[in-house]
Amino acid sequence: MKTNELISMLSSQVDPVDTREVVRNVRIAILVGAAASLLAVVFVLGVRTDLNEMHAQVFLVAKLAFSLSVVILASHYLVKYIRPGGEFRVRFALTVLPFLAAMIIAAISLATAPRSHWETMVFGSYWLECLIAIPTVAVVPFAAIMSAVRRAAPTDLVRTGALAGLVAGGVSATAYALHCMDDLLPFIALWYGGTIVLCTVTGAVLGPKLLRW
Amino acid sequence: MTKESDLKALMTASLQGDSIAHRSLLTALSGHLRSYYKSRLLRSGRPAEETEDLVQEALIVIHTQRHTYDPEQPLTPWVYAIARYKLIDHLRRTRTTTADVPLENAEYILASDDNAAAESQLDLAKLFERLPERMRLSLQYVKLDGLSVAEAADRSGMSPSAVKVNIHRGLKILTALIARETKA
Repeated sequence: MKTNELISMLSSQVDPVDTREVVRNVRIAILVGAAASLLAVVFVLGVRTDLNEMHAQVFLVAKLAFSLSVVILASHYLVKYIRPGGEFRVRFALTVLPFLAAMIIAAISLATAPRSHWETMVFGSYWLECLIAIPTVAVVPFAAIMSAVRRAAPTDLVRTGALAGLVAGGVSATAYALHCMDDLLPFIALWYGGTIVLCTVTGAVLGPKLLRW
Repeated sequence: MTKESDLKALMTASLQGDSIAHRSLLTALSGHLRSYYKSRLLRSGRPAEETEDLVQEALIVIHTQRHTYDPEQPLTPWVYAIARYKLIDHLRRTRTTTADVPLENAEYILASDDNAAAESQLDLAKLFERLPERMRLSLQYVKLDGLSVAEAADRSGMSPSAVKVNIHRGLKILTALIARETKA
């Protein structure tokens, strides 16, 4: 086939297109994923029962501040990476900020506590539940986000997948915070931070497989 | 006016449904794509005949993915990212190393122009045969024979709006077929 024949064919009927639709799709997917995660945590794990206590509220806010800042930062970059060449425009180094802040706060709280408390402060009572729950709850938001990203055309599949995983992990951690009874800063930094990183790495690995076009 | 602003103006118009601008845009870009692919294929030791396949594949992507362009951004990096993505994809499929696909400045894609249009290895006539008859006839009359929609409607016994719908659907199927063929 001659290239000018192809061009004639392609330009014979040119419909107006909405260039904002791809971003809207991803935002909707994040919201749908968040709703699914919330339902899973509320109905399967249950919301923590001591939410009327000041102590529980303070730690819930701390967890949400961490996980929501991850979600907001990562989704800000994700909607840029879904377009061809998005990776030339922005780097997403800033997404490490919430993790860095959490680690610094955790280190300070460990440094000011007696050494005998360290094990409890790091492992809490339910580290295993946290380790399993956050990545599991992240599956639905991750699938929703990836299917929306597939309708765009990212050209850096590893980083786009990683950002999708980061958003999904953050969404999942946000929902899990409603259930989680471990109110210790080092615990939050390690198990929330660690599981979100795990989701990010999974996204980076799956990106080239799931997002190819 | 720079090349970027010319091309961007065409893109902006084509996003709003201006088919004349769309044709000019694709024609202008095909020259840049051809020159880019020719030099890259040469560098990777691939036969030059693959150039036109890649040019057409990239044009199809530019057409079908035009909604992924952000009008607030320059056009050149968007085109370059698509061109490079398709090149890497092609080299990977043909089992050549992709290690020597350098990351240039996006402007590299506009650096040179090659209008010695050649033919791809695709046979349009064969693809046409795979379309349902009403779509094939509508496309044939209007797109290849240059009849108006009304004339095509008369000749085929369809209503003018049916001809339009069949052209629209036929083109969609055809671009999908071409995209699949160039991958095979």
